[in-house]
Amino acid sequence: MVPIAYYLILSAILFSIGVGAFLIKRNIITIFMSIELMLNAVNLSFVAFANYWNQINHQFSGQIFVFFVMVVAAAEAAVGLAIIIALFRARKTLNVDQVDLMKL
Amino acid sequence: MNGSMTVLRILPEIIFTITGVLIMLVDPVMPREANRKPLGWLAVFGALAALVASLYQYSLPDGTAYFGVVQTDAFSVFFHVLISGIILVSALVALDAVHPDTENLGELFALISFGAVGMLLMTSGVELLLVFIGLEISSISTYILAGFRRKTAKSPESAIKYFLLGSFATAFFLYGIALTYGATGTTRITDIATGLATTHDLPIAVVGLAFIIIGLAFKVSAAPFHLWTPDVYEGAPSPIVGLMSTAPKAAAFAVLLRIAYEAFPQLQSHWMPLLWIIAAISMTLGNLGALRQKNVKRMLAYSSIAHAGYLLVAFTVLSADGVAAASFYAVAYAVMNVGIFAVISHAGGYEDRLTLIEDYKGLAYRSPLLGGAMAFFLLSLIGIPFTGGFFGKFYVFASAIHAGMIWLAIIGLINSGIAVFYYLRVLTAAYTKPLDTSPVLNVPRASFPLLLALFLTVSVTLILGIAPDRILKGARNAAETFPILSSQQPPLNATPGAPSMAELSHKP
Repeated sequence: MVPIAYYLILSAILFSIGVGAFLIKRNIITIFMSIELMLNAVNLSFVAFANYWNQINHQFSGQIFVFFVMVVAAAEAAVGLAIIIALFRARKTLNVDQVDLMKL
Repeated sequence: MNGSMTVLRILPEIIFTITGVLIMLVDPVMPREANRKPLGWLAVFGALAALVASLYQYSLPDGTAYFGVVQTDAFSVFFHVLISGIILVSALVALDAVHPDTENLGELFALISFGAVGMLLMTSGVELLLVFIGLEISSISTYILAGFRRKTAKSPESAIKYFLLGSFATAFFLYGIALTYGATGTTRITDIATGLATTHDLPIAVVGLAFIIIGLAFKVSAAPFHLWTPDVYEGAPSPIVGLMSTAPKAAAFAVLLRIAYEAFPQLQSHWMPLLWIIAAISMTLGNLGALRQKNVKRMLAYSSIAHAGYLLVAFTVLSADGVAAASFYAVAYAVMNVGIFAVISHAGGYEDRLTLIEDYKGLAYRSPLLGGAMAFFLLSLIGIPFTGGFFGKFYVFASAIHAGMIWLAIIGLINSGIAVFYYLRVLTAAYTKPLDTSPVLNVPRASFPLLLALFLTVSVTLILGIAPDRILKGARNAAETFPILSSQQPPLNATPGAPSMAELSHKP
């Protein structure tokens, strides 16, 4: 039986990788992927916690949460990729450094 | 509880859903070159029906529905009325700004309705799952709306910035929920407080709360999470900016209030300083940023950051007065902001013809009505007496001083002074006589929807400024639905707080 802490640490690492990639990467598709990584890291936490609480008080709403997060992530992907296509058509680039018409 | 009652608790949401679906169904079967403005009227009537339904919800007894996921109480109904009203005015403004041949007009109005469903669910949800879904429904709709002028260079850019940073914030919000769930074993807001009392993992809950606050601070564009705001507002169509700078923010503030006061009252000493700092930075950075803007929409974006700061001042007060002041301020801010964007979107049009402050030179001479309305809303944003902005600021700072937060109140008052400069720049531009050589500012005739929208916003701002009693009373009743606030203040706890307390203890 793997202790819950292992799952949580893995989830935290994955989330941090997502945050790091979001801040460092310059391609919009890659940035979008890092957001998906963050969401799935959270899913891992939810499942781990749900398993933990299921043993204590048979309360595992965390698992239900995961399904909804997946649905929302899919909806976000649909909209996000559509926006990315609109951006590419208008600007012919997917590099965030060149998407800078508006600045402080 | 009988079945019809259950449906009534989400009646405004149902009305908005039906409106949106109806528009999406009618839009494709209309002939290609048909005038699609009637679809906008459909959205207006849907919003009106939802507003009436929200007001009707005041007559419902407090309680939960759908396995305790949705709760109608004075707090959620207060925000239901506010958000339905904002959607009503925004639909009117959008109807005025668009042309019959504007692209995807049906979808524009359908997305406004669908977004409203999400915002309403956020305010009435007492289960973090529902709050999360509501947040996503409203966010995804507004991402699309921000990029609606997709053939232009700026609009997709604003949409992509909004989308990436908004999803980033959502992930933080979600991680916060996961950690809270891990520490307390529940995702129901009302049960988290009891879970916290017995938890062995308090540090996890504290981190979870911090992540939730970060996620929501992004959504309300409070500093230091505000950087997306000016870019998004600049590129998005003006009628939509009026909507997305008010309604989703009001909903996010409602969620923040509910989570802070109902789920995490024990951690007050942790979140209070955090919100104190966010409020102070938001006010200062928002106002200083607005000072150096030449673009009116960017300037108003920074001003909305500052207003989020004022609102957060009231959050930190930890009393029914503070929450009431925050709710009242949300109303005042929403009304005047929707109003000024109604003027901007009519003068500039859907295509954003006017961008810089100089472009508005002579607006009041071209159209005294628009100029007068703009002046009125700007004075309200400054906080001149007899406007909603004055009483909003007054209650916020009075409650802060009353609670002994002198320094925060001083920072806020200094900031209100700074704000006068940039608001007056627009005001003087509008009332400057244009030079004979300058191109004629071409303002289209005000249409009926615009007149209606301006009438509604101006009259509500005036009512807030002259006779705020009723709305303040509504805000106070809303504040007292939180058990912690109604028990802290025994003399004020005559009746309104009691039903929700009883409801809480009766829950399965």
